[in-house]
Amino acid sequence: MVSGIVSYGVYIPRFRIRLDEIARVWGNGEEITEGLRVFEKSVPDLDEDTVTIAVEAARNALQRARIDPKRIGAIYAGSESHPYAVKPTATIVGQAACTSSSFTAADFEFACKAGTAALQACLGLVSSNLIDLGLAIGADVSQGAPGDMLEYTAAAGGAAYVIGSRDVAAEIEGTYSFTSDTPDFWRREGMPYPEHGGRFTGEPAYFKHVAGAARGLLERMKRVPDDYDYAVFHQPNGKFPLRVAKMLGFSKKQIEPGLIVPLIGNTYSASCLIGLAATLDIAKPGERIFVTSFGSGAGSDAFSISVKDEIDSIRCGALSVRDCIGDAEYIDYAMYAKHKGKLRI
Amino acid sequence: MTNQAPRFWRSIPQRYNLSGTHCTCCNEYFFPPRNLCPNCRRGAHMEDYTFKGTGTVITNTTIYNATEDFERLTPYNLAIIQLDEGPKITGQIVSSSANVKIGMRVKAVFRILGKEGDKGIIYYGTKFAPLIEPSCSEKSRR
Repeated sequence: MVSGIVSYGVYIPRFRIRLDEIARVWGNGEEITEGLRVFEKSVPDLDEDTVTIAVEAARNALQRARIDPKRIGAIYAGSESHPYAVKPTATIVGQAACTSSSFTAADFEFACKAGTAALQACLGLVSSNLIDLGLAIGADVSQGAPGDMLEYTAAAGGAAYVIGSRDVAAEIEGTYSFTSDTPDFWRREGMPYPEHGGRFTGEPAYFKHVAGAARGLLERMKRVPDDYDYAVFHQPNGKFPLRVAKMLGFSKKQIEPGLIVPLIGNTYSASCLIGLAATLDIAKPGERIFVTSFGSGAGSDAFSISVKDEIDSIRCGALSVRDCIGDAEYIDYAMYAKHKGKLRI
Repeated sequence: MTNQAPRFWRSIPQRYNLSGTHCTCCNEYFFPPRNLCPNCRRGAHMEDYTFKGTGTVITNTTIYNATEDFERLTPYNLAIIQLDEGPKITGQIVSSSANVKIGMRVKAVFRILGKEGDKGIIYYGTKFAPLIEPSCSEKSRR
């Protein structure tokens, strides 16, 4: 049985702040922008949070392929910024985007890879014929303490994927995960901003896990990087995905269509899922996409995806990633502080 | 402690998805939902109807001095929107800082309407944003 992506939708808040503006306030200079290879990032509106972003992404996913929401049998919402500590994001998404109550729902949390973990869970339920369609969401309004390095990249966005086994637009041919207990980035209960291990987030965390999952999947699928037309890796900044791609043998040309972090920043749970959506926006039937997420703590999920003929019939049904990126309004640091609730009145 | 949760919960269908009613006899749509059609009265046949969410700005204003619950949002745009099916509703226009105009096409979006302080529930519901069509569907129409 062929299982995979039946539809997909993204949502990126329209407000942006340029990294130069953040550097102007904190005096870090241009070397940060160049070093991170990120130039601007998305900022949520005053009345947006992970729930509203997840709902908009889910509605776009359902609209793209004109899916009857009653067919959805599972909704899993992955995020590290769920607005409630106790009360699911997924139930609100279900009520706002679906018309039935006949679905299972849960929130996932695994730093930046909660969205791909949700995708794997839906794939399992669909492949075992327990549900018709599953809705997997990665959405975040990520946090960075004022002046911290995270503030330069912590952005907002969401992506939703409808997983099924009929009218599949992109088959998920295989998946492989690589996980270990690695304390590279964390946020304790009740704390407003996460802490991180600085350079420790690189080699022992991001590179070890992304490479571990990617190599594991390539070995299992008996494939090499040249068998893929595109590759998408988690994008905490513009530098890491380029470096890990080179390590694994993928070219810059393969990852460029899905490399969106320079324009919207790190959208955490949505990061590589928005990158995948940007790639699906242009991919042709018969092409292959290699995807690997990363979540601190730490783990990676790798996917081998084969694009099918159905992609052409759903491509224009909803906004593309480039449409969302193009609809931007720039704000200064003062407005950014207001939007992010950094001003206590 | 929260006292408003049941009241909010009862209006979730209307707040989340613009759920109204439609009289199939005179083809008039109602939001908020009505049980009785004022045109057809006893001859009415009412059905539940979820609005598409697209509409046009009829008139608008900008709020600079708001009540306590909304003061963090100021200045914000408020408009009367005529939904494509006919009913006129009042709503906030977001994602359009200074460009709200009469005749502007808008669509319903899901946003936070309010919060019961730091401990209470978060109210979600519908606001409106400028309507943007997918660029590739525009190309395909040419």
